[in-house]
Amino acid sequence: MARITMRQAISDALREEMHRDPDVFIMGEEIGVWGGTYAVTRGFYDEFGPERVRDTPISEMAIGGAAAGAAMAGLRPVAEFMTINFAFVAFDAIINHAAKVHYMFGGQMKCPVVFRAPGGGGRQLGATHSHTPDVIFAHFPGLKVVSPATPYDAKGLLKAAIRSDDPIMFIEHATLYQIRGEVPEGDYVVPIGVSDIKRTGSDVTIIAYAQGLQVALSAAEQLANEGIEAEVVDLRSLRPLDMGPALESFKKTFKAVVVEEGHRSYGIGSEVVARLQEEGFDYMDAPIKRVAQFEVPLPYSQQLEQSALINADRVIAAVKEIL
Amino acid sequence: MSNEMYLEWYRQLVMIRRFEQKSSEMYQLGKIGGFLHLYIGQEAIAVGSVAARQENDHVITAYRDHAHALVVGIEPKLIMAEMFGKVTGVSKGKGGSMHLADVNRRFWGGYAVVGGHLPLATGLALAEQYKHTDSATLCYFGDGSTNIGYFHESLNLAGTWQLPVLFICENNQYGMGTAVARASAVTAIVDKAKAYGLPASQVDGMNVMKVYEATQKALAAIRAGEGPQFLEMITYRFEGHSMGDPLRYRSSEEVEKWREDDPIGILERHLLSEKLADKATLEQIDKSVEQELEAAVKFAEESPLPSADDLFAHIYVEA
Repeated sequence: MARITMRQAISDALREEMHRDPDVFIMGEEIGVWGGTYAVTRGFYDEFGPERVRDTPISEMAIGGAAAGAAMAGLRPVAEFMTINFAFVAFDAIINHAAKVHYMFGGQMKCPVVFRAPGGGGRQLGATHSHTPDVIFAHFPGLKVVSPATPYDAKGLLKAAIRSDDPIMFIEHATLYQIRGEVPEGDYVVPIGVSDIKRTGSDVTIIAYAQGLQVALSAAEQLANEGIEAEVVDLRSLRPLDMGPALESFKKTFKAVVVEEGHRSYGIGSEVVARLQEEGFDYMDAPIKRVAQFEVPLPYSQQLEQSALINADRVIAAVKEIL
Repeated sequence: MSNEMYLEWYRQLVMIRRFEQKSSEMYQLGKIGGFLHLYIGQEAIAVGSVAARQENDHVITAYRDHAHALVVGIEPKLIMAEMFGKVTGVSKGKGGSMHLADVNRRFWGGYAVVGGHLPLATGLALAEQYKHTDSATLCYFGDGSTNIGYFHESLNLAGTWQLPVLFICENNQYGMGTAVARASAVTAIVDKAKAYGLPASQVDGMNVMKVYEATQKALAAIRAGEGPQFLEMITYRFEGHSMGDPLRYRSSEEVEKWREDDPIGILERHLLSEKLADKATLEQIDKSVEQELEAAVKFAEESPLPSADDLFAHIYVEA
């Protein structure tokens, strides 16, 4: 199997879906002539032309709403927000419209739109460009939220998202574009709303997703050197949230740490911990720990920024606290 | 223009007026909850413009949406049942007064975040352009919407991409209780549209015949490939913004002056003076509307409520 980057995997998924279905098109800022600010859509403009690769003005409200409207009328738009931070401007279009029309009109209409949004911290972009606001989008029924951690999952999940009849927020962590992983040739999908065990172990369960998953795997490797075997669960989808594998693992290890890049308060970890205690209280041997971003707006200065973000050392420390 | 068409317009105008009066009555009886926004005074716009559409044209509007729902052909009883919160309602009791839709009639609904549906309309039009059809999208909104970013981004996008969309501003002089001049730096709303390169004109929104003509012309321009068009319908809402509006922001003299231009009166006078209909025919129409509305209320009253299972239905297409 070829080892390709996450950027390539996402690009391949988009290209293959555009070849498969003429109703799939992409729109967003600088995705066409420029080739995408993260180069995910490089070459698409020449390959598919301006009708299917639509450069938009800097108008997030219109991008969000027009993509939703085109989806309601039967197309399958993939709308890109240059960064998830700019999707805040389109929040109403995403949450009040794309995520609500199916329910609010009694099931009459569908809104099969995919919103792609790169995000995350760690790139010295300052407070407004470094958010990991995944949990905010995951709060609302009606929207599905996906955030892959590996090239394989990214390709399969994006294909599933494009083929889904529901509106989907597809969150890509920008620091993961360069990571490589094995991706098979040919068509496959990874189902939305299904978690995955990324590493087996019997001493502690680490539950994570996206960039947090990579941090968790790195921590698990170092722990293994000390004879501690961590099982690492990748949530992959935040809504619907599949707690099955995490709960099964917890019932085996009796201890858990939840890792996420977003802020700790009201975070993904908060939700996962709540569900673990609700459904696995009898198996709890120790407090369930959360490793997350400190409660600060992310600063520019590199060391300062890194000190606010998650890393393997913090995960290892959390594991050792409860072993 | 055939006689039948005039009479149908008259019927629709009266239906909207009486439907809104009946809704107000039901609201005061506690049968209808939430917010209720009446279209009384503005009837000629929905009637005249929707009459000019062809079958594959899309219609989308804001929360003052009963009239648009009626003129695209949704049965009054299905709207009344929706407002009663019944499962037989057009949105299965999940939308209410502000969220009526019938996708089979290409009516995409009522939207209640001011301006939020303008990009949706742009997207509907984008889909038709993408599929190379001759369908246009009629998008209705109030004067208040022209101050939110959605308006400006949508007109700019429609203009840039030359999308087949007709923006119809129902300028009823007030966004809730704020007069246009107190909220908009440019009081001629057509000028805002012209800033984005859209052909735009003002229309007497109280006269159904003028609304029809202007809409027909604008839709023909869109189908001729001339890109998005804009109409500012000058109108007035005779009642408050919604039920319970204290109406402190305008004088009763002002309201009375506008009431002289009642859209039903304008068409009625035209029909009688041109001898296109006699008084008895119009009275017969009034009576049949009244009967249909009595039946609509009865249907809404007798319809079942949604079941507990309905609460969790339609959150997603794929569970």
